[in-house]
Amino acid sequence: MTTRYSEKSPETGAESRQSGDEATRKALVSGQLPSFTPIATLVVSIVVVAGVLALFGSFGIAMTLVLGFVTFLVVMRVLSHVVEGSRRAADRTARYVVTGAFVLALLPLLSLLWTVTSKGVQRFDGEFFSSSMFAIVGEGGGAVHAIWGTLIITGITTLIAVPIGIFSSIFLVEYSNETPLLRKTASVLRFFVDVMTGIPSIVAGLFAYTLFSFIFGAGYKSGLAGAVALAVLMIPVVVRSTEEMLRLVPNELREASYALGVPKWKTIVKVVLPTSVAGIVTGVILAIARVIGETAPLLMTAGLYTGMNTNALQGQMTTLPVFAYYQYVTPGIPQEPYYARAFASALTLIIIVMALNAIGRYVAYKFAPKTGR
Amino acid sequence: MSKRIDIKNLDIYYGKFHAVKNVSMAIPARAVTAFIGSSGCGKSTVLRTLNRMHEVIPGAYCTGEVNLDGTNLYGKGVDAVAVRRMVGMVFQRPNPFPTMSIKENVLAGMKLNSKRISASRQDEIVEKALSGANLWNEVKDRLDKPGSGLSGGQQQRLCIARAIAVEPDVLLMDEPCSALDPISTLAIEDLIHELKEKFTVVIVTHNMQQAQRVSDQTAFFNLKAVGEPGELIEVGETEQIFTSPEHEDTERYITGQFG
Repeated sequence: MTTRYSEKSPETGAESRQSGDEATRKALVSGQLPSFTPIATLVVSIVVVAGVLALFGSFGIAMTLVLGFVTFLVVMRVLSHVVEGSRRAADRTARYVVTGAFVLALLPLLSLLWTVTSKGVQRFDGEFFSSSMFAIVGEGGGAVHAIWGTLIITGITTLIAVPIGIFSSIFLVEYSNETPLLRKTASVLRFFVDVMTGIPSIVAGLFAYTLFSFIFGAGYKSGLAGAVALAVLMIPVVVRSTEEMLRLVPNELREASYALGVPKWKTIVKVVLPTSVAGIVTGVILAIARVIGETAPLLMTAGLYTGMNTNALQGQMTTLPVFAYYQYVTPGIPQEPYYARAFASALTLIIIVMALNAIGRYVAYKFAPKTGR
Repeated sequence: MSKRIDIKNLDIYYGKFHAVKNVSMAIPARAVTAFIGSSGCGKSTVLRTLNRMHEVIPGAYCTGEVNLDGTNLYGKGVDAVAVRRMVGMVFQRPNPFPTMSIKENVLAGMKLNSKRISASRQDEIVEKALSGANLWNEVKDRLDKPGSGLSGGQQQRLCIARAIAVEPDVLLMDEPCSALDPISTLAIEDLIHELKEKFTVVIVTHNMQQAQRVSDQTAFFNLKAVGEPGELIEVGETEQIFTSPEHEDTERYITGQFG
């Protein structure tokens, strides 16, 4: 017989209630630093470090921030250890390091946004959105042809890649475990999808170029060829993200639906997909964001044209990244208008991606399973 | 080791939703207190405020006092982690850690808090906790197998073993037997009887026979109407509640006329 809980240790009945209460208080309550302490410490640390560095004549913003942050960590650790105890001191250090890493990760992004916005806003005007570069040398002109090109090519890419990608992942998650042969096929497919997510985009461009040259003759370039090249890049991303999302749907939900006599396809369409729609939409948006900025495969497949072309089946088509690239790499004289147009197209591209993200989030929010009371 | 709890004017919210209104009661040490009441009346919510698990849900908060041996758990400078080391919890649905073996699951409370324990002491703790939860005989030959491979009832007893292995001062149980067969339920009830000699136990249950069998004190919660916050209707000695309740609603509930 093992020890029983009631005989766990000798009874300490003599222990008075008073001292028990005191022990509980000691174990639970510790001092607490006022809520403004971290911010105050951070500011003081940075100011002090800046002062010290200035004294030695080696003041620099990056150096000050890094050393200031380290000082802040040390001071907070000591303060918290004295006032709040060792566990909470460690908690604070970890918390600030994690927050610091987040801020550090954000800095390049903010810097990029600032650069593109400040340089791009110069040509972010009516003419930029109303005229193409047809027969324009030097100043003026716009990117309306490239904006249309981007929207058309990315749109066709999405139309090709999203159904194929989502259907493939439905196969992988819902249908591939029925027979051993299918299971084997699925694991091979999954391996190749993983390889595909890593292929360089230029390979996709070469593939589409070869394919279309084979069908329509050498040198064929069009928006459709560009869209196919991008779809090759986009499909594996959609497959992988959708597959992960479908796997997160608990099996109990599928069983609940089967138990109601609902057929498998309807279970997938009405129960599994709606449950995971938020994640799937996010995955699709990320996949679009990945291909919308591609340059290399489009140079090869969609080509470059200075005028407006909305026919994806015929004629070359320019997209914003390609346009920005060419404006920046092959400026005329004077160079400034070309650079300005390059940055304005970059800004436009960022805004398009942001808008897509906003729409995607709204859609995901609308369709996501409702929680809360 | 055991600790008493005094709840004073506790109001519990989920964001804007007022879940439980103005609860005041005393939970004595070395005794079993049962919470009964219909679904959705806030029993589990009150239970979760007793070890500050309520605030884990985003937007959830509460006002009022929960005093553990006179120390307000929601007072200034109280460390929620320290609270949870004293007040253990067993959940309604079994939740063994899927990446850990049965043995590791039982020892999780110590191992995750990086306490060093000798191998012989570990075996002792594992056997004691699993025996306490009436699981030892079933799993003693496969302690290194994953805990998620057990049946639902076994998983729940594993979770109980995990909670008692750290020997908390107070043990909160949220419908611990709702997934168990009668034999395991009996074993758990025996365990509760044993536990109360050293620990304070609070149990939420829908089984009124169980409340009568295991508890010394019973609290009845109820909703005035749908959408209204839950309220504590009546609390008293279990025998008194089940034989001569003061409140009409309590009588109707325990005699099965509603809920």
